[in-house]
Amino acid sequence: MLQRRFPLLAALALTFLLASGAQAADIVRLATTTSTYNSGLLDYLLPKFEQDHPYQVQVIPVGTGKALRLGRDGDVDVVLTHAPGAEKAFVDAGYGVEPHGVMYNDFVIVGPADDPAGIEGGDDATRAFATLADEGATFISRGDDSGTEKKENHLWQDAGTTPDFEGYRSAGQGMGAVLNMASELQGYTLTDRGTWLAMKDKLDLEIMVEGDKALFNPYQVILVNPERHEGLNTQGARALAEWLISDEGQDLIDAFRLNDKVLFHASAGEKVDPSAAVQEND
Amino acid sequence: MRELMNTVGEALYLLVSFDPALWEIIGVSFRVSLTAIFAALPPSLLIALLLARVAFPGRWFAISLVNTFMAVPTVVVGLVLFMLLSRSGPLGEWQLLFTQRAMIMGQFLLAMPVLIAMLHSTLQSIDQRAWETARQLGAGWWSSLWLLIREARFGVIAAVLAAFGRIIAEVGSAVMIGGNIEHFTRTITTAIALETLKGKFAQGLALGLVLLLLALVLNVLLGVMRGRGHQTVSA
Repeated sequence: MLQRRFPLLAALALTFLLASGAQAADIVRLATTTSTYNSGLLDYLLPKFEQDHPYQVQVIPVGTGKALRLGRDGDVDVVLTHAPGAEKAFVDAGYGVEPHGVMYNDFVIVGPADDPAGIEGGDDATRAFATLADEGATFISRGDDSGTEKKENHLWQDAGTTPDFEGYRSAGQGMGAVLNMASELQGYTLTDRGTWLAMKDKLDLEIMVEGDKALFNPYQVILVNPERHEGLNTQGARALAEWLISDEGQDLIDAFRLNDKVLFHASAGEKVDPSAAVQEND
Repeated sequence: MRELMNTVGEALYLLVSFDPALWEIIGVSFRVSLTAIFAALPPSLLIALLLARVAFPGRWFAISLVNTFMAVPTVVVGLVLFMLLSRSGPLGEWQLLFTQRAMIMGQFLLAMPVLIAMLHSTLQSIDQRAWETARQLGAGWWSSLWLLIREARFGVIAAVLAAFGRIIAEVGSAVMIGGNIEHFTRTITTAIALETLKGKFAQGLALGLVLLLLALVLNVLLGVMRGRGHQTVSA
C-alpha cells in the first residue's frame, strides 16, 4: 500500500520543492515599516525596480521591531527600517549584513489648536518634550515598539525626563490610530510627516514643532544574514538594496511627492550614525 | 522548534511568577467584563421575562431581533459606539471614549442579546404552574418573580457564563473604543494583538493561555449547570 502511494508522494514533494525553489529565485521578501508603505513610496518605487530586474518584491509592512524580528528569524530576505540603535544591534549580533543608509524623512510634534502646554512654534523638539512633561500634558505614545516610539523615547531621554507624567498614555497602536486618539482626547503626539499629511484633514490637530534635526529619521536597508538561514533570496535582496542606493533609486526617492509635499530625502553615502539621534546610554 | 519551546516556557514562567504587567492586564479584563455582565443581567432578565411571559403584538419579531443582535460583529458595536462617543458625535460631551467605562458600555451591548436569548429559553422551559401556583397561594408579584428566577437559577448561571465567555474574549470593540492604553484600557485580547505586532510572543501566549484556561473552566461549569438544570426541570 505504502509502496503504491510512494510515487504519488514523491511527485507531490517534488512539486513543492520545485515550486518553493522557483519562488526563492524570483521573490524578494521585504519587511519594512508602515511609514514607507502607507505613504505610497514603495508602490511608486518597486514597479520601477521590478521592470529592470528579474525579481518580484513582496512587502510586509510592520513596525520596526517586528520587521527586525522577521529578519532575525529568516522570515524575510531584506529589511528597510528606521531605528539606528536597534539596527546597529541587529547587525552587531550577526542577524543582518551590508547595512546602507537610503534616505531620511522627518517627524513633527502635533497637538490641539488651543495648545494648553504652550509649545507651538518652537523648533526645539527636546525643549518641547520637556515642557509637555512639566505641564503633565495629555500625550499619546505609540507604545508599540515601532521606530516612531523609539524616536520618542530618545527625545524623552534627551529632555532629561521619563514619560510617566500625568497625561502620558501608551496606546500600543499604529500611527493612524494614535493620531485619531490624540485628536479625540485633544492631546499631543509625535508623528512621521507622511502619515500626518495623509490624515490631517480628518484630524482636529495642528503642527506644533518641526524642522529640528533631532526629528530626522534615517532609513537603512539591511540584508538578512544568509549564513544564518537557508533558502534566503540574498541575490535578489542585494539587487534591491543596490538599486535603492544607486543614482536611479536615489533620484526617484527625491522625486516622490505626497500631496505635492516632499516626504523622503535621499541620503545614500551619508553615514548613518547610530549615536547621532540615539543617545541610548546617556 | 526550539524557539517555539522557549516561547512556551517563557510564557508559563510569566504566568506562575505573577509578572505584574501581565496580571495588571488580566485584572483590567476581568474588571471590565464582570462589571458589564452584572450591569447587563437585570435589564436582560426583565426583557427575557417579558418575552417569555407576556403576549404582546410583535413578540416573535422582538425575539428574532434579539437573535439577530447575537450575531452582530463586535467591530460593528465598536464602530457605532465610537461614532456616538467621539468628540464630534452626539455623546462627545461625556468624554468617555478610550476609557474603561466606554469598554463596559460596549461589552454591555454585546452581552445583552446572549443573556436575553438564553434567559428567554430558560424561563420558557420552566413549568408554567410554578408561577400560577405561587400566585394562587397568595404570593405577591415580586415574590412570585423571585420564585421563578430561583427555579431557573441554573439556566441563569449558564447564560451569565456564556455571555461572559463572549465578552472577555472579544477584541474588536475593546480596541476601538478602549484604545489599548497601557495601565488603563489594555485587556487580555488587545494586549495579545499588540504583543504579536511587536514580535514579543511570550507575553501574548501567556495571556492566550489565560483565556484558554478560562474557556475550559467556563465550559466545564456550563456542562455541570446544564446537567443540573435538566434534573431540576424534569424533577
